[in-house]
Amino acid sequence: MQTEMLMLHNLALIIVFLPLLASVITGIGCRTVSRTFAHSLTISAVGLSFFLSCWILKALVFEGNPGWNQTLYTWGVSGNTSFQIGFLIDRLTALMMVIVTFISWMVHIYTVGYMRDDPGYQRFFSYISLFTFGMLMLVMANNFLQLFFGWEAVGLMSYLLIGFWFQRESAIFASLKAFLVNRVGDLGFLIGIAAILYYFGSLNYDSVFHDVRELAARGDMLIIMNNHEWSAITVICIALFIGAMGKSAQVPLHVWLPDSMEGPTPISALIHAATMVTAGVFMVARMSPLFEYSEVALNFVLVIGAITCLSMGLLGVVQNDIKRIIAYSTLSQLGYMVIALGVSAYGAAIFHLMTHAFFKALLFLGAGSVIIALHHEQNIWKMGNLKKYMPITYITMLIGSLALMGFPLFSGFYSKDLIIEMVHASELPASKFAYAIVVGSVFITALYTFRLFFVVFHTKERMDKHSIEHLQESPAVVWVPLVLLAIPSVIAGGMFIQPLLQGYFGNSLVVHPNHLALTEHSVEFKGIFAMAVQGLSGLPFWLGIAGILTAWGCYIKYREIPLLLQKKFSLLYSIFKNKYGFDLFNEWILAPGARGVGWIFWRLGDRLVIDDIGVNGSANSIGKFSKVVRRFQTGYLYHYAFTMIAGFLALLVWLMLT
Amino acid sequence: MVALSDYLTVSAILFGLGVAGIFINRKNIITLLMCIELLLLSVNTNFVAFSHFSEDMPGQVFVFFILTVAAVESAIGLAILVVLFRRLKTINVEDLDSLKG
Repeated sequence: MQTEMLMLHNLALIIVFLPLLASVITGIGCRTVSRTFAHSLTISAVGLSFFLSCWILKALVFEGNPGWNQTLYTWGVSGNTSFQIGFLIDRLTALMMVIVTFISWMVHIYTVGYMRDDPGYQRFFSYISLFTFGMLMLVMANNFLQLFFGWEAVGLMSYLLIGFWFQRESAIFASLKAFLVNRVGDLGFLIGIAAILYYFGSLNYDSVFHDVRELAARGDMLIIMNNHEWSAITVICIALFIGAMGKSAQVPLHVWLPDSMEGPTPISALIHAATMVTAGVFMVARMSPLFEYSEVALNFVLVIGAITCLSMGLLGVVQNDIKRIIAYSTLSQLGYMVIALGVSAYGAAIFHLMTHAFFKALLFLGAGSVIIALHHEQNIWKMGNLKKYMPITYITMLIGSLALMGFPLFSGFYSKDLIIEMVHASELPASKFAYAIVVGSVFITALYTFRLFFVVFHTKERMDKHSIEHLQESPAVVWVPLVLLAIPSVIAGGMFIQPLLQGYFGNSLVVHPNHLALTEHSVEFKGIFAMAVQGLSGLPFWLGIAGILTAWGCYIKYREIPLLLQKKFSLLYSIFKNKYGFDLFNEWILAPGARGVGWIFWRLGDRLVIDDIGVNGSANSIGKFSKVVRRFQTGYLYHYAFTMIAGFLALLVWLMLT
Repeated sequence: MVALSDYLTVSAILFGLGVAGIFINRKNIITLLMCIELLLLSVNTNFVAFSHFSEDMPGQVFVFFILTVAAVESAIGLAILVVLFRRLKTINVEDLDSLKG
C-alpha cells in the first residue's frame, strides 16, 4: 500500500510537470528548436501524461485504490494560515485528467497539420502544452490557492492563444475582451476564496468540506447593502459561481467566448469547447459539499444555466460563421451542464462535460479541417456539398452532430437525457422553468447543428472555382484525430452511464440527503439499450427529429422559408443578430462607463489627492518651509558665534532659575 | 588685600570684551583670533583666582594646559588664515560667507 501511494505520488508529479517541461523547452528555444523537435517533444510529453492518467484512472476504478490527497510543498505561511501546493487525486480528478490530456493530445497531433505553414509553430506548441499544465494544476489541486493558480493560468493561456495571430486587430480585441471578462468573474471567485478563508480559516478542501456542516448549522449571516441578511454559505457559493460564470461563459459573462473564435481552430477545440470552459463546471462539482448547503445558490445556478442554455442556442441559429455556430452551441451545452449542477446532479454534469468534450472537440476539429481545405474560409454560405470532396470529415462531422443533438446510442444522448431526467425529478423552485428550457433546447440544438451540417456538406457548391480545384480531404494528421475523437463520441456515453449511476464518483461528489435525485434514478436504469429504446418514445427525441426536419426543410428543400421568416420577423432577427445587445451594451455603456469612472478616480484620486497633495504636496511644503529657515544660515562666523553664546547664556539663565 | 570678586570682575570684563570683539568686529579675522585668545585668558584668570583662594594647586596646572592649547589653536588659526588669504585674496570677515544656505 505504501509503495503504491508513493507510485501515485510520483505519477501525479510526472503527469503535471511533463507538459510544463516540454512547454518551457520549446518556449525558451522557440527560435532555435526545429519544428519537428517542437511538435515531437510536446506531443510525446502530453501523450505520456495521457497514458499515465489512464493508469491512475485504472488504479482508482478497477484496483480499488482510495485515491490520494497530500500536500507536497508549503509555499508560504502567514499567521495561522499556510499556503500550500498539493494534489488531490480521486475519481473525479482522475476522470478530468484523462479527458484533459486526451483532448489536448488529439489537438497537439491535429495542430501539426493545421498550423503547418504558420511562422509561430513552435510558440504555438509551447502555449498549448503550458495550457495543459495549467488545466492539470487546476483539476488536481487540493486547495483553493492552487485552484486559483490553475484558474488564472488557463485564463492567461486563453488570452495568449486567442491573440495568437497578434497582427490581426480583431484577434487582439478578442483576446483582451476574453481577459477582461474573465477578470470580472475572477473577482467574484477571489471574493469567494477570501470568504472561505475568513469563515473556515483554511484553504484546504479537506478541512473546508469537513467544517461546512458546522457553518451551515450555525447559520452565520452576512449583512450586505441595506441590511439584507444573507447566509454566509450562500454568499460564498454565489461568489464562487460568479467565477465559474466567467470561465464557463454563462450569461452575462459569456460575451468573450464567441469572439474567442479569432484564435486558431485547434485552440477553439481545446480551450473554448473541451477543457478550459468546463473549468467552471468542474469547480462547482468539486465544491459540491459547499453548494449543497445553499438552496439559494443552487437556484441561482439553475436559473443562470437555463437562461444561457436557451438564449445562446437561439443565437446559434442565425450565425453564418462555421466556428461561431459551434461556439454558440458550446455556450448552450455549458448551459446544460450548469443546469445539471443546479439540480445537484453533479455526476450528470461531469458526464455531459466528458461527452461534450469529445464531440465538441470533434466538431471543432472537423470545422478546422473544412476551413483549411477552403483556405481559411469560414462563412458557411461559401461552402456546400463538401461531402463529395471530404468524405472522412463528412462522416466524423455527422457523428459529432448526432452526438451533439443527442441521438439515441450516441454519447450525447445519455448525458443529455440524464440531465433532462434529473431536472424533471428536481424539486427546486426554478426547476419547472429549467425543465421547459432543457426540453425546448433539444429542438434548437438539432436545428442549428443540422443547419450547419446541411449547408456545409449538402446543397450545391458555392465556393469559387479556384477553391474547388484545390479541394481535397485534409492530410492524415488532421483526420486521424477526428477519427480518434469520433470513437469516444459514439461510445463514451453508453460506456460510462452505468458506472456513473452505480456511484462511480463515490464520495468525491457530495449530495445533500434532501436532493438525492441522482441515486433514485439509478433504480430505474435497465441497461444502455433499454434506455435508448425508451428514449425513442420520449419527447426530447421527437423534438430533436423535428429540429433535423426543420433544418432539412429550411435549408435543403425550401430555401425561401428562412429568408421569408427573416423578413417577417425582422425585429426578432435583428435582436438575434445583435446577440441581444450584450456586446453593444458592453461597448457603449459598460466600457465607457468604467473608463469614465477610471478617469475620475485618476483625476481626483491619483492626480489630485496622491500626486498633488500627497507626494508633490509634502515635498513642496518642505521646500517652502526650508526657504524660510535657510535665512538663518547667513554664513557669517560672528552670527554663529553669537547664536552659540546667546544659547549658552539662555541655558545658564534657565539652569539658574530652576 | 585683593578680594576674589575683584579677580572675577576683571575676568568677566575681559570675557565681555572678547565676546564684544567677536560680534562687533566685521573686518579682520586676526582680530577675531585675538578675541578668542582674550576669552581663554579670562578663563585662565578665573582658574588662577579660584585656585589661589581655595588653596588648590592643580587648578593652576590647568592654566598651563590651556595656554598650550591656546597657542596651538592660534598657530592653526593663523595657518588657515594664510591659506585662506592665498585663495581668496582677502581676510575680510564680511566676505567670508560661503556657508550661507
